[in-house]
Amino acid sequence: MSAALLIDIILWGSVAAVGFLAWRRGPLVLKASLREGSMDFINIVPRIALGVIGSGYIAAVIPAEIITGWLGPNSGWLGVLTAVIAGAVTPGGPVVGFSIGAVALKAGGGPPQVTAYVIAWALFAFQRLLLWEIPFMPARFVWFRAAVSLPFPFLAAAIAMAIGRP
Amino acid sequence: MAELPVKDPAPADDAEPRPGRVRKPVGWSLIVIGVLVAVSATLVYRRDGIAGVTEILTHDLGLFGGILPRVLAGCLLGAFVAEILPHEKVSRSLGPNSGLRGLLIGAAFGAILPGGPFTAYPVASALLTVGADFGATIAMVVSWTLIGYGRAIAWELPIMGTDFTLWRIVISLPVPVLAGALGRFVYVRMYPKDRPE
Repeated sequence: MSAALLIDIILWGSVAAVGFLAWRRGPLVLKASLREGSMDFINIVPRIALGVIGSGYIAAVIPAEIITGWLGPNSGWLGVLTAVIAGAVTPGGPVVGFSIGAVALKAGGGPPQVTAYVIAWALFAFQRLLLWEIPFMPARFVWFRAAVSLPFPFLAAAIAMAIGRP
Repeated sequence: MAELPVKDPAPADDAEPRPGRVRKPVGWSLIVIGVLVAVSATLVYRRDGIAGVTEILTHDLGLFGGILPRVLAGCLLGAFVAEILPHEKVSRSLGPNSGLRGLLIGAAFGAILPGGPFTAYPVASALLTVGADFGATIAMVVSWTLIGYGRAIAWELPIMGTDFTLWRIVISLPVPVLAGALGRFVYVRMYPKDRPE
């Protein structure tokens, strides 16, 4: 069984479980939340269509070498800073982000720098903020969360340097 | 940012019907992405011709089709969670006064939450609606993004390898709670009016 299938099963299992809880509170509650969820879905689909179908083009015009260029093991904290900026501007979905990280590792990038890159990308990749987070959440929360997250790729790189891993 | 409705500290009783979440019309973020996509597609066309454009389009359409059911699942999950979670309990265990325990609960919740961004953000938004504070919600979102198993299993393990992924997660373990704590620390200083009694 593939990991994706397993995740789908867990996901829909959770939907069914909380749906059942809603139904136990009354058919009206179930109906109202079904309507609310469907409206969210209808509202969000055009954004996701644009983002998912469009991100391939954005990723195609930004060569990976630009992003992996300055992450060598001797690049030190400047390399970490570069990695954090690169993570923030990396377009596209998880395939793009992790692939660039893997290429950087294979091309001799320093593990602390690559760790900082992956964590920065996970925390505040700009395209994901715009495409996923802003449509679902209050904008004030999104920018606040991104700002608060800023120190942590550096912290992770410091830990990685200290323990000599990965 | 006018999108955020008047911030109401979670009402003590659930007597009145819950207001639906505010939906945003096409906003500037969509326009920014749209312009980026249009410019990039034009560049691809000029470099690779129409074949390059259709190749990416076909691939991404497949991706989009695969994601759609999960987006629906995420939206339903968020709506159900907002409906079944009792306001009062959430604001006690995840509210501004929930302390370290609230941050830990938020982080644990984010780590076990199934699905991708299409699940995490609707559910996080639901938590905010029913009385969680910024700190606990930050812990949840950050934990989902750094420690959550969904992305790690599906993408990071196969692409980055086991060794890197496991160490990356170990290093990330303290981050959700720290980010939540920092968020709370900054929040009460930036928005002192929202401070609970």
